[in-house]
Parts: sequence; structure tokens; C-alpha cells
Amino acid sequence: MKYYRSHILVGINEAAKQAGVDVFVNKLQDQISTAGLADEINVLETGPLAFFGRGICLTILPENVNYENVAIEDIVELVEEHLLKGRPVHRLMLDSAAQFKPKFNYDRRIVLKNSGIIDPESIDEYLGAGGYEAWEKALLNMQPADIVNEVKASGLRGRGGAGFPAGLKWSFTAPLNAEQKYVVVNADEGEPGTFKDRLIMEGDPHQLLEGIMICARAIGASMAYIYIRGEYKLCIARLEKAIKQCHAYGILGRNIFDSGFDLDIGIKIGAGAYVCGEETALIESLEGNRGNPRWKPPFPGVKGLWQYPTVVNNVETLANVPFIIKNGAAEYRQFGTDECTGTKVYTILGDVAYPGLCEVDMGATLRTVINEYGGGMKKGFKFKAALVGGAAGVILSDRMLDVKMDFVSLNQYAAVLGSGAILVMNEHQSIVDMLWSILRFFRHESCGKCSPCRIGTQHLYDLISKIRKGEGSMDDVEMLHTIALTMKQTSFCALGQSPIMAIASALDNFRDEFIAITKK
Amino acid sequence: MIKKVNIWLDGKHLEVPETMTIIEAADKYNVNIPRLCYHPDLPPTANCGVCVVEVAGNPTPKRACCTPVAEGMKIVTNSKLLRSYRKTLVEMILSHHDVVCPTCSANNKCELQTLANNMGVDPDTLPNIMHKAPIDATSPSIVRDVNKCIACGRCVTVCNDVQTVYALTFSDRGIESQITSAFGSGMANSACVNCGQCTVYCPTGALRENSDIDAVWDAVLDPLKHVIVQEAPAIRVSLAEEFGMELGTITVKKMYAALRKIGFDAVMDTNFTADLTILEEGTECVNKLKSGSKRPLITSCSPGWIKFMETYYPDLADCVSTAKSPMSMFGVLSKTYYAQEQNIDPANIVSVAIMPCIAKKFEARRPEMRDSGFQDTDYVLTTRELLRMIKEAGIDLKYVKEEDADETMSFYTGAGTIFGTTGGVMEAAIRSAYTLVTGEELEEIDITAVRGLEGVKEATIPVPGFGDLHVAVAHGLSNARLVMDRIREGLNTTGESPWHFVEIMACPGGCVGGGGQPYGNNMAMRARRGEGLYHEDRNLPIRKSHHNPEIKRIYERFLGEPNSPLAHRLLHTHYFKRSVNNGQVIEEATHKHH
Repeated sequence: MKYYRSHILVGINEAAKQAGVDVFVNKLQDQISTAGLADEINVLETGPLAFFGRGICLTILPENVNYENVAIEDIVELVEEHLLKGRPVHRLMLDSAAQFKPKFNYDRRIVLKNSGIIDPESIDEYLGAGGYEAWEKALLNMQPADIVNEVKASGLRGRGGAGFPAGLKWSFTAPLNAEQKYVVVNADEGEPGTFKDRLIMEGDPHQLLEGIMICARAIGASMAYIYIRGEYKLCIARLEKAIKQCHAYGILGRNIFDSGFDLDIGIKIGAGAYVCGEETALIESLEGNRGNPRWKPPFPGVKGLWQYPTVVNNVETLANVPFIIKNGAAEYRQFGTDECTGTKVYTILGDVAYPGLCEVDMGATLRTVINEYGGGMKKGFKFKAALVGGAAGVILSDRMLDVKMDFVSLNQYAAVLGSGAILVMNEHQSIVDMLWSILRFFRHESCGKCSPCRIGTQHLYDLISKIRKGEGSMDDVEMLHTIALTMKQTSFCALGQSPIMAIASALDNFRDEFIAITKK
Repeated sequence: MIKKVNIWLDGKHLEVPETMTIIEAADKYNVNIPRLCYHPDLPPTANCGVCVVEVAGNPTPKRACCTPVAEGMKIVTNSKLLRSYRKTLVEMILSHHDVVCPTCSANNKCELQTLANNMGVDPDTLPNIMHKAPIDATSPSIVRDVNKCIACGRCVTVCNDVQTVYALTFSDRGIESQITSAFGSGMANSACVNCGQCTVYCPTGALRENSDIDAVWDAVLDPLKHVIVQEAPAIRVSLAEEFGMELGTITVKKMYAALRKIGFDAVMDTNFTADLTILEEGTECVNKLKSGSKRPLITSCSPGWIKFMETYYPDLADCVSTAKSPMSMFGVLSKTYYAQEQNIDPANIVSVAIMPCIAKKFEARRPEMRDSGFQDTDYVLTTRELLRMIKEAGIDLKYVKEEDADETMSFYTGAGTIFGTTGGVMEAAIRSAYTLVTGEELEEIDITAVRGLEGVKEATIPVPGFGDLHVAVAHGLSNARLVMDRIREGLNTTGESPWHFVEIMACPGGCVGGGGQPYGNNMAMRARRGEGLYHEDRNLPIRKSHHNPEIKRIYERFLGEPNSPLAHRLLHTHYFKRSVNNGQVIEEATHKHH
């Protein structure tokens, strides 16, 4: 193996692709060759880096210098200054404008531990990082019931939003006798401001596949489907490639590792409806039907895809599983809190210095996440509010900055962790505008199946539009609440039950703004 | 043995089968849970949310229509909160509805109107946000007014699950979501077979027949026209319920009287041509049996079934009887035989049919149905339309003095009257076919094996000189599919059909459950109307079609004998192959023989 004195990690994601990263990498390699450094410097195309920057982002190791928004015109300077003379180019460096330096906590990562480190398109690099050891262990050394028990013991909760214990979910399906069972991966990430699953899949597709395999073994499924957003082109390409590699290595297919276990994984591309993130609507869509939710019970665990027992798990949930199986539940419980174990991947966006992705222990406070991982507020701005959990989330004020971010703690404030999206707003942002944006979203995404949601979302949008224009009264604000409450109590699925959260939290925390904007 | 569970419904302890939903349990014990989209005949769509109840241990209310009962379940069906949610919900539904109750065809029958009225909702709480969309009146049978649609989904369920026609579906999302036909190109250009079950199950006036009331009034009030009317078997048992009489009461002579009061020049009866159909179809059947054909004979009275067959089973069109329906036989005879007997110029005759069916409107307009040289049947009115005319004329059926029909083409037997219920055509046909084959009379003429509401009924009748006659009866088009698939499979594998003779009716329950019947009916009501017809059959002096003296007379004076060349020319038809996409004719599936 060749020894390089330095590695340049190039973050490849949709943003970088749009910034022309393919041409950039070729030009960079040419320039390195021209400088005579081809044997010393290795250029590695990897998934999302440890930070989330604009445009093309680079991390140069071992010195761990991070660059963002690098252009082709910068290549000559970068090679001359940094690679030849060892002088980092300050104007391109990431931490030029932040209040705090964002933390890259590789020692406390589970889901993103390989992300930005290995080449996500290479199965050998994943294997080199200890990949598929858990799968081998689960398949050859563990009984399905052991796997379920281990996941139960780990305390892993579903990361899709509701936080239902994953092991418990599996334990409903595992003992059922059925000629067919399925694992379905919910990769239809539609919550506004959420893109954690995309980055998990872009950065480390094999880890997700490994989680799927272990789940399939645990419940006795021979087929798994990844239901993924159509917009996630890079994820789809990488997952397809990874599945192909697994087949070539005998990790997927018939009689895997001579165990007698068969498994295949298929990819189904969604058409972009938000409601298809609801597991039963997702199943309907997977079957080729209109993506409308189904009534529960029966739950998918008993009657799911094509009426067969089906476990539907979120991407992040399954990406946690290889760690649990490889290292054991006890090791996993070292992360997070007692009731909410493990880590949580957040997408932080809005008015923070470093919008992006981070993986933090469950139970960290909102303040910690924003300051230590998001780099704090943008220079010159004050914190006003954060929308936590996407559109189906809550608007928190600064009084809640020290609330622990986990499923149980947030529940006490009628808030939800949801998808892990944190949208930070500065003191100039209008809560009414934010609520308008959320209610417009629900109006657009209601599937139309049930009356409360179909008609209610339109009334909510009409009312907030009126209020926003300054033509509303406090009666309209009350009506907003009444309708949303009726929707919560009578809607068929979680979509129609959600708008009350944003509305109630906005009214609780920022009532003054509504009083100010409505007519006297 | 179904396990029973203990539940507490509003504090009352009940033991109910575990397969029940909360609303089924409540209905069984007469606890009223308000509902809108739920209908006992159909699987729940669970769309409206009105039937929410509180179930102990759940943070949010549950829909009673689709939540199964469970051991120890404690259910509260009414509370201050539930009332307020339901009220807001109904206000929301009304705010997206074309509220034009006084002129609506469903006025006083509308389930939304009733619910809103019962709950005392305030119509001004929310602004009306309905954007008026064009009405789909492309079909001669069905009009769809999306402005009155509350998207409950009953029509989609009945079209797809009960009838397996797949003409209706949901399109678009959110507030724009609507029920539509294929490619949004109108009911006339869809797979719709015009059975009209969607109109019967629609809780509002969003689905209704394409009305011919005005045209019929114009004809009736035109002194130069000779307007004659026929009424299908099912009509006589479907009027009483609208005038405060007991459901299923036979009102045949009151019906004749009312029609005369409206102004029809001659009042006759479709039951007469039902008897004629038995002679034509029965003879066809007997000839087929005698020829040793392995292909079955399938009845052809139901126009919804015929279009369904043309769309989904055109390869089996040769198995379907060539006999026209009783209505169309009546239509063509009204402008030939009747015109001749009465010495009236057929050009001045307006032939009106009162049918429990809206597919008959389509049938009457088929280009084949012009064998008299005119459109054989000019107008078809549904039961609902007749009821409106009776009410417009200010007639209270309850107090009308009974009258007889006109003499020509009105005398009928018990066999003719049971055409109106599932299994009736089969029973009537067996009563006569037995005689046609054996030359002897069938003694036990109540053929109970083909009666009742089971989806597919089978019977074997030993016929001396022939052997065992295997018959099947299906009602509702999903059941028709079951039967047709088995016939197709039999013909494709062993070359033999499992049955010799098959009756198929498009509508569940047969014509008494037709798409033109009064709003607000259900399977239980259909069964009672059917019983009414069997009751009339038992009490009629003649119960076999071939003993009808008027039938004998028409053969002697006009047609010659069953299946004669003239009978073939006037009383028989042929079929087409139709596109599943748009319902249009692709090619002939059978030829007409003269």
C-alpha cells in the first residue's frame, strides 16, 4: 500500500455536484501532478464531510484544515500555498466567520462515524472500517430472537419522529408465521429542513444495508425495500452500487455465507408526497397505489406490504443497528440518556454560523446543539426561536434553550424531537410568517383522504394568510386553534394531527406577535 | 365460533363478537353514533371523521367505523368535547359543499343535510371555500356534480370493490382532491357500466341520474302525442316507502292510478314483457341444451351487466342470450304490435319506461334498439324521477284509489313479477323451461335455492329426459366476475362450463337494489322489497309465463312462435366489444341473426 503524507477529502453530495465537483477534482489532480506531488498527496472523494459548508468542501488531513466554497480558480493557490508551502489559505477556511468553532466529535459518533472518512462507493473501504462484521455475527452466531433482544436491550428508539422502541416493533413481527415478511426502509425524508437520511445514505450506504440485513434476519424477511425520495439521485446511485457490490461479495443473495438465509434488497423511488413518509401511506405507494394512509389496526407489523408482516424503519434507526450488534447493547447505552439511548443526527439550519449536520448524544440541550455544533448564531444576530422537528414540529422560544433534546424530555413540553430538524430564527424573523409557511406546506401536502385534514388545512392556510396581511382578528387566531384542535382529534393520520403543534407552540410562546398583527 | 369480548359502551356492559367494529356494536345495541361516510353495506372508507368516539387509554378519539372492539374496551360515544369536534367537522364539510338544499335532488334524503340539521351547526362559522367546478353530464345515465361531493369515497368503494367496474377514482391532493373518471374525460368516456350504485350510496346529491322528467312532462302535456308507460317489476315494491306505507308493500294498482293521473295515455306493464322474455330466452336455452352445446346461456336483462360483459368479457359474448331486456321488448312492441292493435301511427307514440335502473337510459339510446324504425323506448325514468313526478302532480299514493292497467301488454304472471329480484329470472325461466323440455308441468315451483342475498347461488334441477340442469345466479358485478371467471376457465380447460344456465344482475339484490331506486337504501331494505315481490308472486292466479293468456295471444296474433324470424328481428339483439379505457365500441362481438 502506498504511503501518502497528506489526504484531501472531497465532500461529494448534491450541493457539491451542483457546484461542479467532478470537474474540480480532475483539475485538482492535474494541478497536484503538475506540482510533482502525485505520490505524496491523495485525493479522496467521499460522502458529506464532518461539517456542512457551502459549495465544494474539502478537509485536508492530517492537519484537519477545512475549506468551503472552493472554486476551480482557487486550485492553483491551494496547491502552491497549502500543499507545497504548508500555509493554509485563510480566506477559504471554514471557521472564518463563526462565533464558535464547530465541534467534530468523531469519538462520539455511531451513525456518521465513517461519513467523510471512507469512500462511500467502495465496499472494500467499508469492510476495512469493520463493516459487515455485525452482519456476519448476526447471521452466523446469533439466533433471530437474540438479535431482537439485543436491540430491545439497547433501548434504540425509532428515529422517524415518533420514537417507538425499535426492538419492540421487531418483536411483534418476528414470531409471526407467514410465507413472506418484509423489511421496508423509510427513506422518504420529507420533513421540511430535514436531510439527515440523505447524508447518512450518501456518506455510508453500506452501513444502512447492513442494518437492513440484520433486521431482515431478526424478523425472518427475505426481501427488503428501500422507499426513497426521487430527488435523492446520489443516494439512489450509491445504494444501487452498494447493493451490486454486496451481491458480488456474497453478502446479499441466496444462501448468504452458507447460512441458508436468502435476502435481497430493492429500491423503490417515491414521487415526492410528504404523506408517503407515513408508514402505511408509504406501503400503499410501494404497492403501486395512491399514497393514502391505511387505518391501524392492523399495524404493518402484522399486515403490511401486500398484507404480509412488515417492519418499517427509518434510515437512521437501521443505521444504528450494526453498532449495537457488533458492540453489544451495553456499549450502545453508553451514549445518550437512560430512556433515550444512543445519538441523534440533527440537521441545523437557519441563522446559525454553520448550518449542517451533526451527531450528538441524546439528551444534549438545544443550546449545546446550536452553539457547539452549529457554531452559534450568525455574527450580529440574536436567537429568537427554533422550529424543532420540521413542519410537524414545534416553535420553541429562548426559554426552552436548556431543554434536553430527547423523546421523553421534549414530551413534557408538548414538543417532539421529530425528524431532528432544527431551524433557528434570529430576532428579526416573524413567527407569523413562519407559521404561514408551515400551514401552506400542510395545505399543499394533505393527501385529501379525510375531511378534517383536506378541508382544515385549507381553512388554516386561509386564516393565517388573512392574519399575516394584517386583516385578521384575534377571533381568527382562535379559529385557527379550534380547527387545528379538531383536526388533531379527528384526522385519519399524523399529517392532519400535526398542525396543532406549530400553531399551539407559536401561540403559547409568541402570542404578542399575533396580538400586534391583528386588528384591534 | 367467533370469540366474544366484553366492552363497556357508554357504561353499559356488552358482550360482542370480536370481529365487530365499534359502530357495528353500537348499531346492534341501538346506540347512535353520528356518522357520514360510513354505510353498513360497504367497507369503511373512514374519511369523514364524524364517528369519532373516546376509547379509554387513547390520547385521541378513535373512528368507530373502523376500530375493532377489544376485550375490556371502554367507549364513550358522546361528550362535550366529541360534540364540539363533530360540530366543527360538519361545519368544515359544509364550508366545502355547494349548499343548495332546496333544489337538490337529494333534498330531505341527504345525509349531510340531516346530520347538520340534527347537530344544529352554524353555517356562518366558516366561510364557504368551494370553487364551483363544471358538472359532468356527459353520460345519458349518471350526472356527477363535484360541487356537492364531500369526498366520502363511498362511490369509489362501491364502484371498485362491490362492482369491480373501476370507473371512479380519487385524483389530485388536499383540497383539490376529487373523485373523477378515467383521465377526467367524463362518465360517458369511461368504463362506467351505468349501474348507478354510486348514486344510491352517495350521501349527498353529488351523483344522480341524468333526468328526463322535463321531456316526459312535455310529452304527457302534448295533446298530439300518445304517451304510453311501462313499469318494471321492482317499481311496484319501491314506492310505498316514500309515502309512509310499510317498506316492500305492493302498490301496483295505486301506481297505475297515479300514472294515469299524471296524464299518461295508456298504462301498461313491463311484467308482461318479462313473461315474454321467459318464452324467448327459455326457448333459446332449451335449444342450446338440446344441441348439446358446452357453452352456457347467460341472461341479458340487466343493461349494466351487458355493458360490463362487453367491456370485461367480450370473449364470452356468444354465451349471453340474444333476447332483449323486457323493457326493450316492450319498447319495440309498443311501436309495432301495440300501434297495429290500437291503430295508432307509431310516429306519434311516445314510449316511456319507469325503471329502478339508470343503465336503462343508456340501453334505450343504444343504436341497436331501433328495430321498430324509431327509437323503441323514448324515455326512461328512474324510480326517483317517478316519485318526483308523482309529488309534483300532488298525488299522495297512500290515498289514491286503485285502478287497473290498460288491457294490452299489461297482464302478467308471478314469474314476470319476480324478475325484479335476484334469482327471479332464473326461477321464472326454470318454471317454463322445464315444460318446454319435458312437456310436463313443474310441480314444486318455489325454487328457494336461487332466492336470497348470497352473492353466488347455485342449484341443480333434475329434468327428466335431459338430466341434471346446473344453474347459477350472481348479483353485483364482483360476483358476476367470480362466475364469469369460472366459466372462462372451464371453457379454456375442460371445454365445459360449470353451469348450463346463469342469471346475472348488475346490482346487488337485483333490480330492487337498482341504481335508480330511492336514496338511502341498503341491503336489508333491498331484501324486504324482494320479499314483497315473492309475496305478490304467491298471490297471483297464474305463476308461469307460458300460461299467460296475453303472451299466447301475442304469439298467435303477431309474433308466430318463440324465436320466430319476426321475434328474432324485433326481440333479439347483438353485442359489442368495448374499450376498458373509455367504454367506446371497438368492434362487434356477436352478429345479429335475422
